[in-house]
Amino acid sequence: MVWKTLARHLAAKPAAPRHADAGTTEALSQRLKETSARKLGRSLAIRHVAAGSCNGCELELRATQNMIHDLTRYGLSFTPSPRHADVLLITGVAARNMIDAVRQAREAMPDPAFTIAAGDCAVDGGVFKGSPAITGGADSILPIDLLIPGCPPTPAAIIEALLALLEAQDPPALIMREI
Amino acid sequence: MNFCSPETWSNFAGEFIALWTDDTHAYALFKGEFLAVELTGGAYPALSVRHPGAGWFERLTKDLNGHEAQGAHHTATAIEHFRAPDGTAPWPEFATPHAEGLHQIAVGPIHAGIIEPGHFRFSVIGEKILKLEARLGYSHKGTLGLMRGKSPRLAARFAARVSGDATVAHSLAFAHAAESALHMHIPERAVFLRAVMSELERIANHTSDIGAIAGDAGFAFLDARFAWHRESFCAAAQSAFGHRLMMDVVIPGGVAADIFPAGPVAILRALDALEMELPSLQRVFEDYASLQDRLVGTGHISTHLAEKYAAGGFTGRASGRRTDARQDPGYAPYNTVALAIPVETEGDVAARIRIRLAEIVESIRLIRLFLDLPRTPIAVAPPQSSGIGLGVAESFRGSAWHWLKIESGLITNAFIADPSTLHWPLLEHAAITGIVADFPLINKSINASYSGVDL
Ligand code: SF4
Repeated sequence: MVWKTLARHLAAKPAAPRHADAGTTEALSQRLKETSARKLGRSLAIRHVAAGSCNGCELELRATQNMIHDLTRYGLSFTPSPRHADVLLITGVAARNMIDAVRQAREAMPDPAFTIAAGDCAVDGGVFKGSPAITGGADSILPIDLLIPGCPPTPAAIIEALLALLEAQDPPALIMREI
Repeated sequence: MNFCSPETWSNFAGEFIALWTDDTHAYALFKGEFLAVELTGGAYPALSVRHPGAGWFERLTKDLNGHEAQGAHHTATAIEHFRAPDGTAPWPEFATPHAEGLHQIAVGPIHAGIIEPGHFRFSVIGEKILKLEARLGYSHKGTLGLMRGKSPRLAARFAARVSGDATVAHSLAFAHAAESALHMHIPERAVFLRAVMSELERIANHTSDIGAIAGDAGFAFLDARFAWHRESFCAAAQSAFGHRLMMDVVIPGGVAADIFPAGPVAILRALDALEMELPSLQRVFEDYASLQDRLVGTGHISTHLAEKYAAGGFTGRASGRRTDARQDPGYAPYNTVALAIPVETEGDVAARIRIRLAEIVESIRLIRLFLDLPRTPIAVAPPQSSGIGLGVAESFRGSAWHWLKIESGLITNAFIADPSTLHWPLLEHAAITGIVADFPLINKSINASYSGVDL
């Protein structure tokens, strides 16, 4: 049975590839130039941290990895260790009980790194805005490079935003030059 | 509701469900009985001595309202971390068993996977887990406080975000509470649409969790196939209700929008695809010895323990407890369908998977029945009246209870009991039957919500 299904799906095509939105890419590349013109290349390892979510955003983040959305085909992957991560992706509000942990996760990551706030909660606190148990969105903990709105953002929206991050960077300098 | 004396309160022997307080009273919900006792000096007699499941609730009333449970053995804070303004907090004491060669493994609050935050403290000897303590409260967002002073329609947005994976169930329990407080009668079509959404949510969660457990045991094929089915249910929910998780569709008074014309076909197609492949996927589960070896006997929860904590959902049903809020106390439209409730007694990870597979089959049957929708309006407006209401809905993990106090159309007090509240202590018990490497399987097989108890 396993083999039959595997064989059948070998012939199946994956979903049509998604593309970054031109407007987002443009705005982002402007922002990256202004900040530090960080270059990380096209293969990014993402460390996800839930800083006070309802777990809806995590469901959709996980769905980016399924065989329909297939995040890894773009060179993007999630990593358990902050030490290997190029991107810190935060979901959920900045719950007071998580602020310290988020900061520590960022400190454990090598520089340079991008920070992303995914989901309305991380963008600005979402429906929980104004609660005394939170300090707001992810930008109340760390400076954020890219916002992905939505409650929760769909897997397609998450992938498109991540692709914008790839497109917005200047092409990385060729390593060959240094040899 | 029964206002009772402290003696009746302390000695009540029923099956414990939830406990909370407001400014004047402590409330305890038992199966078929709802007790209230007056607070004296901000305290009430502890129930956790007799009903261990009450422990977390008692600690929560202390953290949320400052009310003391007199006579409780376990008084550690539930969600209060005593954070300084810069976010740092004193490191809590964990109960450490004394044994030669013992060491501790600290995990979290940030976990390895894409999941919510929580801290696990394992005390181990070699590979064997002697004790597990979970420290929660990391994603405390102040949900109950935000509900106060809002109309039920507005506060429904918070109910929908108590636990995103059970958004339909929590919205439904909240709506049931508001509707009972305000004596509302819900149009038939809304009742059926709500049930369609509840069952879709159940299937979506069961498929992804079953796949994820197989994935954790290193069996990528099942993970991939079940994730594919989950995805097709999310897509069907999008075509039918305009949202992949069906958030904010169930509202007090009915549903926010009717099913889209393309919806029923999309749902039926997803059901057909799953129904066709499910028997073969189940066979893979049962036939591969290396997979069964990881699942059978792992994370065992005895019937006795499940009874003690009044475990609900598939966790309870895999340990011999025939409980399902759809049947008892029951709500429409499930009274029309002769609900099949699978029950097993093995109480291990494998049994919990079998129960969930059986529930998928039942949910497929139910959705097909419910999609024959009556032609009525889809909602009525909540009146600006007052009342107290209790509502329940069977989420994929068990019964979610909501309690609301409404005055002149505005919520003055609320409490939410996610089924996870009774399951977290069971996870601590189930973990000590295994080795560290089995913990991810055990954890996922129960899949308690963090956000649902952190509130
Ligand atoms: S943005 Fe929405 S889905 Fe995401 S964590 Fe917040 S409430 Fe949940």
